[in-house]
Amino acid sequence: MELEAAAALGKFIGAGLAAIGSGAAAIGVGNVAGNFLAGALRNPSASASQTATLFIGLAFAEALGIFAFLVALLLMFAV
Amino acid sequence: MAGEAHSENGLAFHPLQQFEIHPLFGDGPISWYTLTNATLWMALATLGIIAVFVFGSQARAMVPGRMQSLGEMAYDFVHNMVEDVAGHDGAKYFPLVMTLFLFILFVNLLGLLPASFTPTSHIAVTAILGFGVFIFVTVLGFAKHGIGFLGLFWMKDAPLILRPIIAVIEVISYFVRPVSHSIRLAGNIMAGHAVIKVFAAFAPMILISAIGLLVTPVSILAIVAIYALEVLVAFIQAYVFTILTCVYLKDALHPGH
Repeated sequence: MELEAAAALGKFIGAGLAAIGSGAAAIGVGNVAGNFLAGALRNPSASASQTATLFIGLAFAEALGIFAFLVALLLMFAV
Repeated sequence: MAGEAHSENGLAFHPLQQFEIHPLFGDGPISWYTLTNATLWMALATLGIIAVFVFGSQARAMVPGRMQSLGEMAYDFVHNMVEDVAGHDGAKYFPLVMTLFLFILFVNLLGLLPASFTPTSHIAVTAILGFGVFIFVTVLGFAKHGIGFLGLFWMKDAPLILRPIIAVIEVISYFVRPVSHSIRLAGNIMAGHAVIKVFAAFAPMILISAIGLLVTPVSILAIVAIYALEVLVAFIQAYVFTILTCVYLKDALHPGH
């Protein structure tokens, strides 16, 4: 196989593999949100003060999934 | 990361082409003073902020009308966030935090209009915001506490043996902060808009095949769903950028754990 075709094959397979990271991010975000829900249903009056922490946790978990998506996009369009 | 104009092996649409910057007038080279679509949309966001906050509140009514109460709600929201997270002496940095929040919010929301451009989808813009916050917070920390600012990395609660290792890890994670701060915003906005573009390009493409009549409406409904998610993401990303700025500000004003 010539070099460009092999490189394109590698790019596409690599981008598909990098997208698995988005699934991992989904598990992480669901973890954060689920634990918050479990705590909030036990202690509703304390949950209002922790919504800020919830959003920060969600943002951190989601950012790492975005990094995986970034790798996929870089492989597809910028390499 | 521009979408290439030629079609490669099988790619018939270019979801990243919407992020290209081109000058507004003519096709000349882009220098720092050229009016581009990026500067247009940033200027529109600024005008929008001025319209809501300055002209909307001009009446200064005791019982606020709609625009004024929007402005007051946003002001209270950000002010409470700064005071809760950064403490009472963090409140004097409220103008900076409010500017960041309003700029990112308005730019994100305006970018949702069809055929518009979102400046925060570019790493260049968000890196300036993120690194600007990082440099400001670090300089502030050293100005307020001198060399005692390095107490941020020295865990008093850890056993003495582990403290040097933890200090190295803390320094590394401190320097990763601006990187993650900027990539989070740019990545979220760019990913959302790229996904919308993929569904939008897919809908007419599939129409020529046999199952096209079934799949195209589903694709268009998916655009609606992702669009709703993008409105939510616009708010959440502005909120997260701002609250992380407040957290870093708190670390600068009260270092040490």
